[in-house]
Amino acid sequence: MDLVMRQQALGAPPAQNPEIAARQAVMATCTGATTTELEQALGSLGPIPAASDLRGTEPGLVMLRGRMGGDGNAFNLGEATVTRAAVRLEDGRTGFAYQLGRDAAKARTAAILDALWQGPERDAVEAALAPVRQRLADEAAAKARRVAATRVNFFTMVRGED
Amino acid sequence: MYVAVKGGEEAIDNAHGLLAHERRGPVSIPDLSPDQIENQLALAVDRVMAEGSLYDPALAALAIKQARGDLIEAIFLVRAFRTTLPRFGNAEPVETGAMAIERRISATFKDLPGGQVLGPTFDYTHRLIDFLLAAGVTPPAPAEVTTEQEASPRVTDLLDGEGLIEQELRDDGAEVGDLTRAPLDFPADRDLRLQALARGDEGFLLALGYSTQRGYGRTHPFVGEIRFGEVMAEFVPEELGFAVPLGTVSLTECQMVNQFHGSAELPPQFTRGYGLVFGQSERKAMSMSLVDRALRTREFGEDVVAPAQDEEFVLSHCDNVQATGFVEHLKLPHYVDFQAELGLVRQMRAEYMARQQELKEAAE
Repeated sequence: MDLVMRQQALGAPPAQNPEIAARQAVMATCTGATTTELEQALGSLGPIPAASDLRGTEPGLVMLRGRMGGDGNAFNLGEATVTRAAVRLEDGRTGFAYQLGRDAAKARTAAILDALWQGPERDAVEAALAPVRQRLADEAAAKARRVAATRVNFFTMVRGED
Repeated sequence: MYVAVKGGEEAIDNAHGLLAHERRGPVSIPDLSPDQIENQLALAVDRVMAEGSLYDPALAALAIKQARGDLIEAIFLVRAFRTTLPRFGNAEPVETGAMAIERRISATFKDLPGGQVLGPTFDYTHRLIDFLLAAGVTPPAPAEVTTEQEASPRVTDLLDGEGLIEQELRDDGAEVGDLTRAPLDFPADRDLRLQALARGDEGFLLALGYSTQRGYGRTHPFVGEIRFGEVMAEFVPEELGFAVPLGTVSLTECQMVNQFHGSAELPPQFTRGYGLVFGQSERKAMSMSLVDRALRTREFGEDVVAPAQDEEFVLSHCDNVQATGFVEHLKLPHYVDFQAELGLVRQMRAEYMARQQELKEAAE
């Protein structure tokens, strides 16, 4: 393992590498998408190379961790179900997905999109996922507006003579 | 005399059939879907995830349905389910400072960066039964306010600047104990204690936290901050070597700020207790942080004088699946044990009677 990979494995902040950051963003969008949305996105791409399983899509667990006091040493908080998929396209590109939950179809579709994104279909994949990204952003913004309405604005009562 | 018994298979099958029948209830009432439970009994789902120690809302909702609403039974089902799956690895520690805040309050600082937001809370409700809910009335749309997103740093980071509050040590190379992989040994380090408390029974921890407030291991707590919201879980798979976003998880975090501690090396400063729980559960996060602080006696050279400070007592009894297993096993057949006890008590009684008879004869 080279130094960079090791630092990442130790929990160093994600690579400054914009390529990886963009790939992470696509993966994040896929986790928030519904199975139908991902299947529609994949369907909209037209003819694509056939995909085969690099490893069978399977559910498993990842141990989630917190930090003591929020910023101290790590501790094990509890597990989460995670489904992982790994595919290889005909042209040799590989794609991966690790997603919360137990939806095998969704994880496998996300892995295919991940593989396609790494080649000439990148722009098409980004465009196909744009509506999902927009929906997620709209929902987050609406939630933030509802939460903001519950913000407390304190005022101090005048006390005594002074 | 002991007689070996067998049988009951048919009775057991029929009992389970009856259970399924009772679970469904009258067919004139619509069947409850796990989706409805997940979305409309969300806090029950959160509790099952927290104490089941498995983040999976859909699974927890189904477990609640299967358990007929018995949450400890649902927690048991979830714990059993997790044993059927392989573990891919450990996630990166969550960054609660970057949480998408849905609620955030402080009882110690009125004006703090990011502000105080109440979010969806039972606080300040009148606790009057709302009969409109029975009528299935759709609630009005909640108010919305458009504001600039403001960062909400953890309150403890604000105090840290002045050195008034204990700072957490951070060593990313430190081994992280896992009580699901190795049995608990005492004394247990804080990582293991926090793991046990995070999956511990809410009622048990609530009672212990309450006991510290009433004087059994007093810690003079203040709520520095409670926050609830979503954070992105991240995991670094070996084959990729970078952090993959797994999806968002809802968490409640409580920073309890407690009275001072100082030493020859350090001037007096506030000490801390920490709570972090799956889902929205303030009561659990607060109880956890009270008990976390109470259990830090060794670090602060405090005497263990109360139950909440006794880590062996707390950690050995906070798991409701273990507790219910041992309590409920008493209802399983103990015919052999009891026969032995019966024989013993008969013999003791015979000896007693004989002694009484001898005393009586001697007296005469």
